[in-house]
Amino acid sequence: MGNGLLTVSYIAAAILFILSLGGLSRQDTARRGNLYGAMGMALAVGATLLSGQVGHLGWLVPAILVGAGVGWMLAVRVEMTQMPELVAILHSFVGLAATLVGYASTLDTQGHFEGAELSVHRTEIFVGIFIGALTFTGSLVAFGKLRGSISGKALTLPGRHLLNGGVILISIYLGSLFIGADGPVAPLLPLVIMTALALFIGFHLVMAIGGADMPVVVSMLNSYSGWAAAATGFMLSNDLLIVTGALVGSSGAILSYIMCRAMNRSFISVILGGFGNVTSSASTASGPAGEVVAVNAEETAQMLADSQSVIIVPGYGMAVAQAQGVISEITQRLRTRGVSVRFAIHPVAGRLPGHMNVLLAEAKVPYDIVLEMDEINQDFPDTDVVLVVGANDIVNPSAQEDPGSPIAGMPVLEVWKAKTVVVFKRSMATGYSGVENPLFHKENARMLFGDAKKSVDTILSHLPS
Amino acid sequence: MALMIGIPREIHAGERRVAATPETSTQLMKLGYRVVLERGAGNAAQWTDAAYEAVGVTIVPDAATLWQQADIVLKVRPPEIDAVTGQLESHGLRAGSILIAFLWPAQHPTLLESFKIQGITAISMDAVPRISRAQKLDALSSMANIAGYRAIIEAAQHFGRFFTGQITAAGKVPPAKVMIIGAGVAGLAAIGAARSLGAIVRAFDTRPEVKQQIESMGAEFLELDFQEEGSGSGGYAKQMSAEFIAAEMALFAAQAREVDIIVTTALIPGKPAPRLITAEMVAGMKPGSVIVDLAAEQGGNCECTVPGEVAMVNGVSVIGYTDLPSRLAAQSSQLYGTNLRHLLTDMTPAKDGQLVVNMEDDVIRTATVVHQGHVTWPAPPLKIQAVAPPKPAASAPVAPKHGESSGPAKASTLITVFGLGFLAFLLVGLYAPAAFLPHFTVFVLACFVGYQVVWNVTPALHTPLMSVTNAISGIIVLGALLQLANPEGTVVALAVFSVLIATINIAGGFRVTQRMLNMFRKD
Repeated sequence: MGNGLLTVSYIAAAILFILSLGGLSRQDTARRGNLYGAMGMALAVGATLLSGQVGHLGWLVPAILVGAGVGWMLAVRVEMTQMPELVAILHSFVGLAATLVGYASTLDTQGHFEGAELSVHRTEIFVGIFIGALTFTGSLVAFGKLRGSISGKALTLPGRHLLNGGVILISIYLGSLFIGADGPVAPLLPLVIMTALALFIGFHLVMAIGGADMPVVVSMLNSYSGWAAAATGFMLSNDLLIVTGALVGSSGAILSYIMCRAMNRSFISVILGGFGNVTSSASTASGPAGEVVAVNAEETAQMLADSQSVIIVPGYGMAVAQAQGVISEITQRLRTRGVSVRFAIHPVAGRLPGHMNVLLAEAKVPYDIVLEMDEINQDFPDTDVVLVVGANDIVNPSAQEDPGSPIAGMPVLEVWKAKTVVVFKRSMATGYSGVENPLFHKENARMLFGDAKKSVDTILSHLPS
Repeated sequence: MALMIGIPREIHAGERRVAATPETSTQLMKLGYRVVLERGAGNAAQWTDAAYEAVGVTIVPDAATLWQQADIVLKVRPPEIDAVTGQLESHGLRAGSILIAFLWPAQHPTLLESFKIQGITAISMDAVPRISRAQKLDALSSMANIAGYRAIIEAAQHFGRFFTGQITAAGKVPPAKVMIIGAGVAGLAAIGAARSLGAIVRAFDTRPEVKQQIESMGAEFLELDFQEEGSGSGGYAKQMSAEFIAAEMALFAAQAREVDIIVTTALIPGKPAPRLITAEMVAGMKPGSVIVDLAAEQGGNCECTVPGEVAMVNGVSVIGYTDLPSRLAAQSSQLYGTNLRHLLTDMTPAKDGQLVVNMEDDVIRTATVVHQGHVTWPAPPLKIQAVAPPKPAASAPVAPKHGESSGPAKASTLITVFGLGFLAFLLVGLYAPAAFLPHFTVFVLACFVGYQVVWNVTPALHTPLMSVTNAISGIIVLGALLQLANPEGTVVALAVFSVLIATINIAGGFRVTQRMLNMFRKD
């Protein structure tokens, strides 16, 4: 296949990727979008294989087959509640691949670069490896935090901003050494040191971010993996890589920005980390007034059966308890009784943007009764019963009522305006942000203590069909 | 001795309602009363005498007996001259008895005089104040609700098409467009009925505070570019200024050309109904359109309305029925009967069949129009505001939100961003080698495409979007593929391994996205 054909295939692939991202922004075109993406990828890889520039097919074909098989199995096997982990670990693969490709490119002695071009090429390699390595460890830490094998608490080393800044300065210095170095081996030393530093930064950056901000982190890493691909594209003078990397990079960045806005959090401060550990000083000082009233599952079932309209607010706790299936059944049963049941999804509910939507969809809850915060917030005053299943910060009234609260100003679901709010909770512990929730002390709030899954099971069995 | 409640047959031509149903009669008897019914009183509302007898109601053969025996008479319409006897229906009522009905005291001053002379206590259901406590007695709202519903049913009867849009094998049917003027109880009920038949509904009202109610019923609120508060006391509308009316009429004229059905419910208490739909507007409507004028009895909101009839004007049916609740007699009798039962429950504190007219009670005082030989209508105004107080003229400024971010970016931020961007481009342009620039162009453009494409993503799709971008970022496999041409062993080994992990990413990413998307379904 000639170079012209290859270029044309790349252009076609780039268009397909753009259509793919565009398609994924709406429900009715989403499936087609995914198909476009896969077609674009097949086209790009196929055209490259046929271009005659690729050797060592004996190694290549098994690698592709094994990789595709493993990826496919992972995707089919993964539980929907583990989606965030899967996405995080896949990001780490892109980061690792970018790092390796960068090294391979350095070792490649066939390059014919001289003077300024060599400097640019080396800069590109350097940046590519830096971002790749950072993405790799960052994603691994995010994976660990999401699995719970690393504590969700933000790790705040003293002077961590200084530390990060220092590491970046050293990296820049190493970069200048790398660019100026001659011969095949001399450039490697600064490169390896820089890689180690980048690996550390990736680790440290994500360690410093609290669990509640994980959705933003995952999409930031998504963005990094895109930038890594773009840097690789510059390194190899491959426009398709540049286009695709830039697409992914900017879309990931925007996704993170949208989420930060939903939490009313500054983008910069989330990226720099350290939020998750802020202790609520002002709000605990006053202390929430009012008593906590407990309720049991049987009473809750009765309440639901007697109501006209119900809104369910799911949170990460629902995912953890795997309660979405039973909740879907409760929903169906109530709807056949003529009760209006809707779901209110806060933009940052769960550990991944859109996490709740995916879980509810898996449990066969029709998506037209699953509403966003802005669509449903004004309906709470007309609602008889609100079930808060495993959510805490996103229904915390102190975001609106207590200007001293760390989450002040964050948009929240105004569940306390409903006639009755039933909160499913394991204990009186605070949410991920560590902020007290005065909702539990409100007059119309009832606490349903215990494991969410058991609670919803009991409710279902006591719900008249 | 328990008092006796009498339910006469309504003699007004075409009136099908009755003041008590078998069910409400049972409730009245539980309060200790005896109930007698004139023979055939419930027939037009689909209740036979036998059905009443079955619950313990005594049937009397004629009106004269009933009016003489009863201590309390429950009626729907005000008493009229009986064509047979030539006398007022109520002339047989004994002194000290009580008459409860829609009496419309403003329209019937002579009736009040005759009650006064007869020594009857008269309670008018239309005079019940509109306060929260009296909502269960609010028979006007009950009737308005029915009238609004029935207005749509009548419109459907005269409208030659479906209300709901359909695409069938036999062609496409556009949805009917309905405009409702006046969003009181009747207007809102009409919105609900029209919406549930599938029509596109718009509604107009002079009171801006009903916007939310209109929207909650699923209709679009038609707004005027004109500021004037239209709320009068008691939750009713007040008369508006000439400028406002001109703007309003322009809106109606524009809408009339577009919509298929207009339902007007505009009433101002104690005044003739405002003329809102002129003959020209009717002429501008599409043939086959329908107007239902719920204000027909008060003169009509439409110039072409003939009270009590359906007028055909240029192919437009103008429905001026004044008896819409009566056309749904079983339902309206049930609701009206229940309102009466609530009133009697309030007036029978001991549940012993003894009625107490407590003139200290605001609700009873206001509804009572003749008592102990005095006309007590109109009652002094109530101290408490009827419905919600009008909004304070200057509403308190909304507290500034923390970190306002949804609006457009501040000018200073924009300048900084553009300045930085300009500097960066300048540096690149000055120092970067020529070979770098085409790639740089592609890169910058792709960033903007990504921004444009992703900016409007629905939050529900964040996860699939992220996993598909993740799969796409597996494009890094190309880099590894291209390095495989290299003869060096280490490079090849690195490249093969990169291919392996990048492929995991690609296959896994697309597959899991597909899995997620397949789960999203609509009911």
